[in-house]
Amino acid sequence: MTQRLADSHAAIERLLDAAKALPKPAAFMEICGTHTVAAFRCGLHSLMPANVKLVSGPGCPVCVTSQGDIDMLIELAQRPGVTLCTYGDMLRVTGAKGSLEEARSGGADVRVIYCSLDAVKLAAAEPKRNVVFAAVGFETTTPATAVAVLEAERLGLTNFTALVSHKRILPAMRALLDSKQVNVDGFMCPGHVSAITGYATFATIVRRYKLPCVVAGFEDVQIAAALAKLVELARDRKASLENLYPQVVSRWGNRRAQNLMRRVFRPVDARWRGLGMIPDSGLAFRSRFSRFDAQSRYKITPIDSPEPPGCRCGDVITARCTPAECKLFAIACTPVRPIGPCMVSSEGTCQAWFKYKRQGKSIAASEDAVATPSQEARL
Amino acid sequence: MCLAVPAQVKSCDGNNAVVDLHGNRVRVSTVLVPEVKEGDWVLVHAGFAIQQLSAEDLKETWAVLDDLEKKGGGL
Amino acid sequence: MSNAMQEQPGTPPSAYRIDKSRHIVLAHGGGGQLTDELIAHTLLPRLGNESLGELLDSSIVPGSAGRVALTIDSYVVRPLSFPGGDIGRLAVSGTVNDLAVCGAEPMGLALSLILAEGLERKVLESVIDSVRATADEAGVKVITGDTKVVGRGQADGVYITTAGVGSVNGKTRLHPDQIRPGDVVIVSGSIADHGLAVMLAREMPEVQSVLWSDVAPLNRMIARLLEKVNGVVFMRDPTRGGLACVVADIATRTGLHVVLEELRILVRPETQHAADMLGLDPLEVANEGKVVVVTRPEAAEAAIAALKEDAHGQDARIIGRIEPERDGLCELHTVIGGRRILQKPYGEQLPRIC
Repeated sequence: MTQRLADSHAAIERLLDAAKALPKPAAFMEICGTHTVAAFRCGLHSLMPANVKLVSGPGCPVCVTSQGDIDMLIELAQRPGVTLCTYGDMLRVTGAKGSLEEARSGGADVRVIYCSLDAVKLAAAEPKRNVVFAAVGFETTTPATAVAVLEAERLGLTNFTALVSHKRILPAMRALLDSKQVNVDGFMCPGHVSAITGYATFATIVRRYKLPCVVAGFEDVQIAAALAKLVELARDRKASLENLYPQVVSRWGNRRAQNLMRRVFRPVDARWRGLGMIPDSGLAFRSRFSRFDAQSRYKITPIDSPEPPGCRCGDVITARCTPAECKLFAIACTPVRPIGPCMVSSEGTCQAWFKYKRQGKSIAASEDAVATPSQEARL
Repeated sequence: MCLAVPAQVKSCDGNNAVVDLHGNRVRVSTVLVPEVKEGDWVLVHAGFAIQQLSAEDLKETWAVLDDLEKKGGGL
Repeated sequence: MSNAMQEQPGTPPSAYRIDKSRHIVLAHGGGGQLTDELIAHTLLPRLGNESLGELLDSSIVPGSAGRVALTIDSYVVRPLSFPGGDIGRLAVSGTVNDLAVCGAEPMGLALSLILAEGLERKVLESVIDSVRATADEAGVKVITGDTKVVGRGQADGVYITTAGVGSVNGKTRLHPDQIRPGDVVIVSGSIADHGLAVMLAREMPEVQSVLWSDVAPLNRMIARLLEKVNGVVFMRDPTRGGLACVVADIATRTGLHVVLEELRILVRPETQHAADMLGLDPLEVANEGKVVVVTRPEAAEAAIAALKEDAHGQDARIIGRIEPERDGLCELHTVIGGRRILQKPYGEQLPRIC
């Protein structure tokens, strides 16, 4: 523990030191919800000097899943004979017709699983149920879906399908930068996505946009060290790619996982909450596996559902505004009664702000007012 | 995104392995890291070992490994 | 693997043959002969004492005319039995601890059982055995009770409601309004063990774990603390909502600023690992055998020593202090020297993977 303490203090020192020599204030983006939470949990923001900011990007899979996809999941869950398997993360996300949790209370067969293969096992054990797996997540999670589909194929299951909302992180980063609406001076890159893709994935960001990228682990010391490195690179005006998580991340990542993903899925354009349609940013089944596609099996198409009125989650996950700048934040939208997905997800930027960053009486007071009808009527 | 925790492989059996950390033992799929063997360290995400870990510096990497030496787990 | 996939242990599948000698049937709760049979054969032999044996409509507790503490709690847990305890141990410990943290010496418990039709009698027997063993550990008796049976599927195995009555020593007043700046926050040991042991058993039953619930009656430890130490001003057991809930509540109710030092809070490595697997924050996870104690600064050392005299207080430690700022917030000083606000959790924590 003492070594870790010394290391983290050294990292903070380096961060403060480098910040003194920054030519102008700098903002860096973490694009991983687990980084968002870890940074808040360890109080990193309180240690940062005024001229350094860490903003959250579109890295929480719950938050970037479009409302249309969530509505499809809920509609599927309510069909007779369907058992919907989901990771716990998606349970409370609200679509136009409520959440999966509410659908379950209403009698839908919604089951929380920890491993994609559990959905396959369930389909094998209960041949009369139509098992639909809600496949969400970035590259870390996608191989698990690919393996599940291959296993279902091997077992010859006809009652297993997946509704695929998997996303690819790199196209989203590019879209964000190409939109020119976001000003960041570098990226803290997701360590566990990189474990699969390899850190070389981010080389294009460095080359094309001349921005530093630092691959980071998730412990407090590692996040502090990664932020210190980013500030140093910004100070030196050096756009380079650094891997500060070598215990886990290699240059080319997990090739086997990549191959399995490629075997089952192909890149397609996908809709992201807040970012809209992004070319090649999603995944769809290759034709050989189309029988596992819940969307075609159940002939369901995403309805273009509007975002909740007033909700700025789209701006929040693209760092165009902070949660506090959203009029709903902490007044109408709280973890108890979330309106937007960034407040639902425990990795969501809004929930992290609400939990860890709220200060002073003004917001604390408004929290008490949340439940009063007059407050809600006002909005 | 993506929670993942380190653990040590205790036994392998085809495409599965039993991994352990601090006495929490769980069966995971090793389809993504077929080369792992008993004693190796892996990173576990959603029931899958997704990457083999280099044994060096593991202790500095995860706070949860801090107490391993005290408990005689060894690295 | 998912919770919905397992049946609650003790509830046989529907095709199972139900036999009233081995299972609970509706008539066991009907108040007639079968109810008598259940009381005579299953409950009384296990819980029996003079007061309960009277089988009167209420139990008369002898006692002085001092102040009386009354508390009630309902216990529902899935699975019924988990590493380190079961619903019976929980139902006694929880109520005894609620009395004890208010400075009350437990005088008797009232136990109300709601059983689901089809429950195996041997499951009920082991729950009642556990009630008895825990009550003995606490030195308290179940002095009155009630049993109802509901139809299959209307309840999950066994629900227990336990009320407790206790006598409060004349001079004791434990209340948030006693808390002053400078006071010290103590916790009696490691946190989050109960909640994670139960959650692992429920959500990931295939995980073999060394995690052990801390569920235990703490009344003896707390009585010793109050007897030996002057300057204890407030206590609470950090159950649902965990340590975060209790300290945030102290800040809100006193209007003062509470500071906790993360480095001083003990989370066992196996517990931390389980929390990491499920994506949970140990500060927000339930404990059933821990107490948070606020004392005057000069009493802190003696309080730690008194807690350590008990098996349940071996790891007692100071984790924070009350500061004079009047902002009603609790702040955590993190391991790396950062600061963040600690708030009441917003209801049930959901495990997550991504």
